[in-house]
Amino acid sequence: MMLMNLLDTFLSTLKDVLPIAVILFGFQFLVIRRPVRNLKNVLVGFIYVIIGLTFFLVGLEKALFPLGRLMADQLTSPDFLFDESGVLPDVVNWADYYWVYIFAFAIGFSTTIAEPSLMAVAIKAREVSGGAIGVWGLRIAVALGVAVGISLGTYRIVTGLPMHYFIISGYIFVVIQTFYAPKMIVPLAYDSGGVTTSTVTVPLVAALGLGLAETVPGRNPLIDGFGLIAFASLFPVMSVMVYAQLSELMSKRNKKNIDK
Amino acid sequence: MNHAFRALLKSMFGSLRDLTPIILVVIFFQLVVFGQPMPNLSDLLLGLFFVTLGLTFFIYGLEMGLFPIGESMAHAFARKGSVFWLVAFAFSLGFGTTIAEPALIAVAAEAARVAANGGVIEQSQSAQLSYATGLRYTVALSVGIAIVLGVVRIIKGWPIHLMIIAGYLLVVIMTVFAPEEIVGIAYDSGGVTTSTITVPLVTALGVGLASSIKGRNPMVDGFGLIAFASLLPMIFVMAYGMVI
Repeated sequence: MMLMNLLDTFLSTLKDVLPIAVILFGFQFLVIRRPVRNLKNVLVGFIYVIIGLTFFLVGLEKALFPLGRLMADQLTSPDFLFDESGVLPDVVNWADYYWVYIFAFAIGFSTTIAEPSLMAVAIKAREVSGGAIGVWGLRIAVALGVAVGISLGTYRIVTGLPMHYFIISGYIFVVIQTFYAPKMIVPLAYDSGGVTTSTVTVPLVAALGLGLAETVPGRNPLIDGFGLIAFASLFPVMSVMVYAQLSELMSKRNKKNIDK
Repeated sequence: MNHAFRALLKSMFGSLRDLTPIILVVIFFQLVVFGQPMPNLSDLLLGLFFVTLGLTFFIYGLEMGLFPIGESMAHAFARKGSVFWLVAFAFSLGFGTTIAEPALIAVAAEAARVAANGGVIEQSQSAQLSYATGLRYTVALSVGIAIVLGVVRIIKGWPIHLMIIAGYLLVVIMTVFAPEEIVGIAYDSGGVTTSTITVPLVTALGVGLASSIKGRNPMVDGFGLIAFASLLPMIFVMAYGMVI
């Protein structure tokens, strides 16, 4: 049973990686026409990546996703939020959903810390910046951004406010910040919006959004269930720039202290 | 051997540390908020062991395979000096990795259901299928173009923030005109296109290019490809919603 599970996931991961491998090696052999340095290492690396993703996905499916989805369901169900009878009041107060916001924050933060693609970018950023941007600093900054984004996204579903108000104000904020943030962080900050939402975060967050949109009166799951991912990709852009601004401020202050 | 084993153990501990926050959140909510015992403890532990093992292998493979090939190809294209082949490569990478992306297939199917319920297209199975397929190709095309745009930006040294701001403006303007049902899906489609294998490859490509072209700084110019890959799908999906 377990073995079948692993094998299935392995095959589907292989299927996802295959087109990428074909493109890479196709261009390598047909266009670049040079032998790859350490070809053996690269191939072993690809196999490791596939094996790694397989175990990662099967483990998540086995341990965390069922529990996470169950929690998202329970948190949004009327008998948890109101009373045992399971009857929704006609008018819901957004503040009654406080556990949902706390859960959204906590799950957004913790899943982002474990997100493999964010790790990849953080490793690269440290390497390129010569250590000025730490792996943990970046990951925590992004995770806080996702956490705030998802809680705000759940708040939006509960209140039913139009999504584009939030997204457009977010954009305006990002644009203003762009002019004040240290130049070297800006492209990395823009990138960090896209890397946060892949293997770990999306399935749990989608369950939370759909659960909420189904149970809050007056919401349409088909319209309001979407949008959480957009929140999770916008807020890290801001938080990474804030992180860079803060560390710049700190290093300036330290320098001043030394100068004295 | 002993040394290799110790290195493996060390990185497994690192992966376990990365997972601690999730474990704590799940335990806290299950025990304190819901007041229920942990179900299937043995499944949970086995699953966690798998996740830890998986993360460890992934990071190993990343540094052994994905990063080096991405960078060495970027260097090779820069040396070759053929913009055409670089652009062709960038487009294939963006298009090819997106068209088969499972998250995108799921979102496209969901979007077709929304469109059918909203009366935008017919309720029939075939109408929904063709709508979903069209959407997938639209998104894949947009990611392909996005990577090309990002690569050209690195070559020319265009300032990224002006391009992104222009993209934001376009998104805002199109939000006003696009049908309401498509807006949420469009916003989300930006986030789902960048998978766990694409991100390291594309990052290595950008950084490799920026470090092999004279006058480019890998920090300022190397990043930003992913940003385009998450912005362009929003614009293209809204355009798709307006045309259909």
